Amino acid sequence: MAVYSQASQAQVYKATAPMVDAQNVEKTFHRNPVLRGVSMQVRKGEVVAIIGPSGSGKTTFLRCLNHLEKINGGRIYIDGELMGYREQPDGRLVEDSESNIARMRAQIGMVFQRFNLFAHLTALQNVMEAPIQVKHMPRQMAEEQARELLRKVGLEYKADAYPSRLSGGQQQRVAIARALAMDPKLMLFDEATSALDPELVGEVLKVMRQLAEEGMTMVVVTHEMGFAREVADRVIFMDGGYIVEQGSPDQVINHPTQERTQNFLRKVL
Amino acid sequence: MNINRLVIQRGAAMNPIASFLKYFNWHIAVNSLFARLILQGVIITISLAVVSQLAGTLIGLALYFLRRSRFVPFRWLAEAYIWFFRGTPLLVQILFAYNALPYLGLSNPLRNLDIFTQLGFVSIYTDAMLAGLVALSLNEGAYMAEIVRAGIDSIDIGQMEAAKSLGMTYAQGMRRIVLPQAMRVIIPPLGNEFNNMLKTTSLVYVIGVYDLLGAAKAIGDFSFRTLELLVTASIWYLAMTTVWGFVQAYIERKFNAANIDPALREGSWWRRMLGIRGRPAPAPALAGGALFAPGVEPPSIQGDRR
Ligand SMILES: Nc1ncnc2c1ncn2[C@@H]1O[C@H](COP(=O)(O)OP(=O)(O)OP(=O)(O)O)[C@@H](O)[C@H]1O
Ligand SMILES: [Mg+2]
Repeated sequence: MAVYSQASQAQVYKATAPMVDAQNVEKTFHRNPVLRGVSMQVRKGEVVAIIGPSGSGKTTFLRCLNHLEKINGGRIYIDGELMGYREQPDGRLVEDSESNIARMRAQIGMVFQRFNLFAHLTALQNVMEAPIQVKHMPRQMAEEQARELLRKVGLEYKADAYPSRLSGGQQQRVAIARALAMDPKLMLFDEATSALDPELVGEVLKVMRQLAEEGMTMVVVTHEMGFAREVADRVIFMDGGYIVEQGSPDQVINHPTQERTQNFLRKVL
Repeated sequence: MNINRLVIQRGAAMNPIASFLKYFNWHIAVNSLFARLILQGVIITISLAVVSQLAGTLIGLALYFLRRSRFVPFRWLAEAYIWFFRGTPLLVQILFAYNALPYLGLSNPLRNLDIFTQLGFVSIYTDAMLAGLVALSLNEGAYMAEIVRAGIDSIDIGQMEAAKSLGMTYAQGMRRIVLPQAMRVIIPPLGNEFNNMLKTTSLVYVIGVYDLLGAAKAIGDFSFRTLELLVTASIWYLAMTTVWGFVQAYIERKFNAANIDPALREGSWWRRMLGIRGRPAPAPALAGGALFAPGVEPPSIQGDRR
């Protein structure tokens, strides 16, 4: 019988651990249950799309994944590490130290529906800020990297523009570059295109598609069924704080088995 | 019967303005402008105003974090502080600080700090000065707390969340992202506070500080030329607030407050100095078809929940 040391067990687990392992996550806002036991996993390199009606808890779930929201029950492991909490010997969870939470968040990129670019910084400075502050990257290196990332999202020529001088689509692409500057192992997108004018949606989806092709692990909350169908490896349908149905895009979008999924898709397709 | 009474009675028969002008001696008012004690008073007034404003701003910032603390007694402490200092007269606070000081055992060590005698000026009461400084700073802190709070709270919480999502701590997000943006909102009212502070420091004359007013009162009462010396002091106060008006306009331009957010425009420096608040300027037409002025978050198109 093989005897593993604790360390090697942890290493084996880490190597094989899913990027996201959410177990029975519960979240309540003022006695209003928003997540009622959500369990899901995301493998490394996988692109998971979350769809569902308004108010079903998609945003809340995504925010729990990087601990912008505290959870009331369950556990979230990111790449094998418990997110946001420490487990006490008696099994209870207590909130982790701020620096530890920050360290884990630094590895998770998040793109917001409303962009949230730093309004007092140029596009370039937005992308440079976190590597310099959090990773203590030398300024010159951060700038080179930022220009490279802006080129990648097609906005090198806007490096010195302030966010308010950029279109929504351009702002969102800068926001993606800003998240990528931390070299994340997981990217979370919360309806990245739903605050955009229709003609600007394509340019952002293109960048997201390119990221997916490069093998980035992504959790994408979206109303874009076309994108979910073409880019996602798996689609999850949420409603009322539960995962109602999940499977390949073809299964969930083209041949849903649950009535609630069918109703929802009838409305949006 | 004192002389003032006599003068007034004698003048009552004449045209009151003519009588006043006959008594009032402009040469004294102007020649006193550069009297040594007056110059010293100007220095003391400016020092008191600058130090109290700086300390008050820091106290205001500290109160913000206490009020936002998770620890409830801290929040109570901050609210009680603000309630007290805004609810009692500053003059009472100054008198209280002055009368409490001897019991703190600080007077003697402070005498050694009297740099004015070393510079060849008249010796001042360092302990009275300290009492004034403490009262002015604590009082100003309570008012700055509101200004700081309004400034920080005007920044969309999405800014802090974005900072955190990139791995910054709360402190980093505050220092690098939120406060620099809040500064633009805080600076105009802060400048107005300092304008007030330059004049409010005059209250410390009651505890015997030879600030500008204290010096003018001392010379004026001694020479029976109180009116002239009050004019001397007024000229200096006007000079200080006017110069400050220019400095403030420069600082605001530098922070680009008006250019970045038209909503912050409050009219030119002289209007502000005179306390005239213009109607908010209309948003300028922006180049490049941008819908929103720089620094202004576009409103969410889909009403997000926060
Ligand atoms: N901070 C909060 N305080 C109180 N209630 C909240 C808060 N955040 C979310 N909720 C509630 O939780 C529920 C789920 O919200 P959530 O934003 O997660 O939905 P969603 O699936 O992202 O919807 P949408 O498609 O409209 O973005 C809603 O009923 C919302 O009102
Ligand atoms: Mg949402």
